[in-house]
Amino acid sequence: MSDVHVPAQPKRSLGGWLLIAVPYVWLLIFFLAPFLIVFKISLSQVAVAIPPYVPTFDLAEGWNGIWDSVSEFSFENYVWLTEDDLYWKSYLSSVVIAAISTLLTLIIGYPIAYGMARSPQSLRPTLLMLVILPFWTSFLIRVYAWIGILKNEGLLNQLLLTLGVINEPLVIMNTNIAVFIGIVYSYLPFLVLPLYASLERLDGSLLEAAEDLGCPPWKAFWKITVPLSLPGVIAGCFLVFIPAVGEFVIPDLLGGSNTLMIGKTLWVEFFNNRDWPVSSAVAVILLMILVVPIVLFQNQQQKMSEREG
Amino acid sequence: MAKKSIGPVRRAYSPWDDPEKAPFIEFRNVTKKFGDFTAVNNLSLKIYEREFFALLGGSGCGKTTLMRMLAGFETPTSGQIFLDGQDLAGIPPFKRPSNMMFQSYALFPHMSVEKNIAFGLKQDKLPASEVDARVAEMLRLTKLEQFAKRRPHQLSGGQRQRVALARSLAKRPKVLLLDEPLGALDRKLREETQFELMNIQEELKMTFLIVTHDQEEAMTVADRIAVMDKGELVQVATPAEIYEAPNSKFVADFIGDINLIEANVIEKSDDGTRLRSVADNFSIDSDQVTDAAVGDRVWYAIRPEKVRIAQGRREKGVPNRIDGVVWDIAYLGDMSIIHSKVGDDDGDTLRATFANVSRMVENPITWDDEVVMSFDRDAGVILKG
Repeated sequence: MSDVHVPAQPKRSLGGWLLIAVPYVWLLIFFLAPFLIVFKISLSQVAVAIPPYVPTFDLAEGWNGIWDSVSEFSFENYVWLTEDDLYWKSYLSSVVIAAISTLLTLIIGYPIAYGMARSPQSLRPTLLMLVILPFWTSFLIRVYAWIGILKNEGLLNQLLLTLGVINEPLVIMNTNIAVFIGIVYSYLPFLVLPLYASLERLDGSLLEAAEDLGCPPWKAFWKITVPLSLPGVIAGCFLVFIPAVGEFVIPDLLGGSNTLMIGKTLWVEFFNNRDWPVSSAVAVILLMILVVPIVLFQNQQQKMSEREG
Repeated sequence: MAKKSIGPVRRAYSPWDDPEKAPFIEFRNVTKKFGDFTAVNNLSLKIYEREFFALLGGSGCGKTTLMRMLAGFETPTSGQIFLDGQDLAGIPPFKRPSNMMFQSYALFPHMSVEKNIAFGLKQDKLPASEVDARVAEMLRLTKLEQFAKRRPHQLSGGQRQRVALARSLAKRPKVLLLDEPLGALDRKLREETQFELMNIQEELKMTFLIVTHDQEEAMTVADRIAVMDKGELVQVATPAEIYEAPNSKFVADFIGDINLIEANVIEKSDDGTRLRSVADNFSIDSDQVTDAAVGDRVWYAIRPEKVRIAQGRREKGVPNRIDGVVWDIAYLGDMSIIHSKVGDDDGDTLRATFANVSRMVENPITWDDEVVMSFDRDAGVILKG
């Protein structure tokens, strides 16, 4: 007989189960159920009715009725998405705009995060506050405010004209440039915060060690700081890229008629054409596209926490 | 009678005794202030080539600041630092011919062991074949061959310490700076590593400068020790001199265990000095000729192992015999430290070490025993102030 006492697995109490159940119930109600509804609609056909699609489940008819409905499902909306080039062009354009915006955000965000991480300890909470501060105002209003800045007779053009830098107002409003500005502005904190976290954790003695071993500071930045901040760069880029792909408000308010983004296409399909099934299919495909970077992001986070653990 | 000398002579190499010898590293009136705080105060120090030199002191004594000024991470507020005859002022750390082993090791976490070691060599744009050869040599020297491809986080503390050492040695710097290099290791490993460090230093014939707060470590590895306090050097000497002939109460108290007896000078001659304990009125006969005047208040410092202890009472009139009562005994295995009270509660408490040379003892010294403590004329030192 061994004297070693092995404690039994504690029995999970009712309270424990409830605690664990909360996130699952949340996901079930607010993610899985809506997604299944959208998926179901995407397999339906458009109709002049309320709701504007057939078939609808008629629970009064019991299992047979449900089975009849299911047998009417078809993937023709998905086939349609491949036939009209508007859709794949929208997807592609969204990804390209999101990618360019992410790159621009990184170029602007890295120096900001680096500066914050290198600033005196006492100043950092203030700087952090300034990064978060815009969130206190509605996202919609902040994007709207950019119209006032960017339009032909807006603040920016007035300033440049007054300074004599330009003779004609710059046409920024209703172009992709305005969309880039809007996305970079709106999503900058999402990149700066994780990047700042990883830069702040960087052990200063590593840079001293590099310098001590004959590496000038500018080179040590590329050899030590950049590689070690990569997890923050990746996390920040995903946090910008993923929502930017499906962005609707920014291209709608700042973009022009030739700004093609899937969020806008979806909106037009849903509200203007009242084609719920096709817009649902567009949404499902968008989700499929976004699953790839989301899974990559999760993997990377997992790897990081394993390495630290 | 043969002339006595202090402590073991480590080796027949003592350039500090040769006034003609040019120092390899020289701090000349160096002061460093951080705002109002003076970390290093008008300090001058000479360190010689191939010396293993230790800066020893408590936290905040300025020892690390001194080393960081040599490495170039801090700029002296005033004064000059020379390395191999060259004034280091204005030379950035990446151009200095010294390398540092950091207390935290500062290993690059995104590089393998061999990449870490090769990092400094690559900065010098050495040909790849030479880099590889040097890395292999360092891996062998630090017994890390089988870990070459590992990342730092896959190594134990002792292995990381050796990678840090290998990396700082790889460029064969003119001087290797070691900042509390063994602080993170457990006792056994630390002792092993101390000897390894000494062997490596002798093999490579390099100058080592170590910063430590651990007096045993400093005494084990160093040829000479500088004891620092409040940004100033208190004593610079060999470990044996520091231990046996401390120049101040601070050094005596800082290094090892010591009895400090407050006493008055009652008699002086060319042959020595006679003192009387302030608290307990026993007399001490020392062979030391002090410049303190008769009547001056001094400290008599004597190490516990220099005090013999036996049961019984003293013979009257013989100096350096003190009666006491055993008050406490610390049994450490190899020896016991016996605390004995001399006189009443306000009197001196003297510590004597008793080597436990026999396993079985008849009538061992125990609590409340009357004991007599004795020591030789040259067993202690007289310290002023």
